Amino acid sequence: MTMSIDFDSLEKGQEIGERRIELSRADLVRYAGASGDLNPIHWNEEFARSVDLPDVIAHGMLTMGAAVQLVTDWAGDPGAVVDYQTRFTKPVVVPNRFGTAVEASTALTVSGKIGALDDAARTVRVDLTVTAPDLSAEGADPATAAPLKVLVKAQAVVRLG
Amino acid sequence: MPVNPDLVGRTYPPAEPYSVGREAIRDFARAVQAGHPAHHDVEAARSLGHPDLVAPPTFAIVVAQRADAALIADPEAGIDFSRVVHADQRFTHHRPIVAGDELVAELHVDQVRAMGSGAMVTSRAEIRAADGEHVATAVSSLLVRGEDQ
Repeated sequence: MTMSIDFDSLEKGQEIGERRIELSRADLVRYAGASGDLNPIHWNEEFARSVDLPDVIAHGMLTMGAAVQLVTDWAGDPGAVVDYQTRFTKPVVVPNRFGTAVEASTALTVSGKIGALDDAARTVRVDLTVTAPDLSAEGADPATAAPLKVLVKAQAVVRLG
Repeated sequence: MPVNPDLVGRTYPPAEPYSVGREAIRDFARAVQAGHPAHHDVEAARSLGHPDLVAPPTFAIVVAQRADAALIADPEAGIDFSRVVHADQRFTHHRPIVAGDELVAELHVDQVRAMGSGAMVTSRAEIRAADGEHVATAVSSLLVRGEDQ
């Protein structure tokens, strides 16, 4: 297995990068189809409101799945992720937005840093911080809305070499 | 009807095997915006030492949620799916899931904890290949909201 990262050069607290992942209603439908999770809270606004949600929300598993790409791209091999966990704290609200096509209406911001190194196992724990703008209020502007932590204790363990 | 506390320790046997196809991996990877070539290009996956396309780290949820369906559909469980919120998720990969795998999942109910008028149900799907090799463990906690939650 080819790995581009030198385990011995890594330090606890080191940042591995940051990325922004845009989400549209179309992305939620795509994830529903690919995962088989057809719960209408992820694509039908009236249904979502009927169960006391502010609007359509992203699948927690879409947020979890998208956030880990920062780690797999850094590691250079998606097969290197041996453990990945998170707690879902706040929903990611995805308002309806379209012009000539369905457009992104919110974005996840994902950053990661090294939380722990296990020399014997040659594993690295990457701790992820994942936020999305608080769009729970009607008409909230994603550019100015306060960021909410949508995942907590999001940790991916990567085996190197 | 509230969640049945006697569910703890209950096991649900595997349903039909899940055949992991290349297009399913590519579709799932696109859905989670995973652009790594090992999800899309067989040669790229092989150059990393994998036998075929590698599934993204959270792909196991597709297999685990099929196993969860047996628990949710169990009339003795008392779980109202319209009141379920995903609270916690963990995957442990004993080896990566790759295209060509035939996977089965046995579901274990590890914990039922009262939360006000609702309950937190923790289940564990043990995912194995057709030859019995242990591939992944997926632990999910679902919060079943009570009537006033």
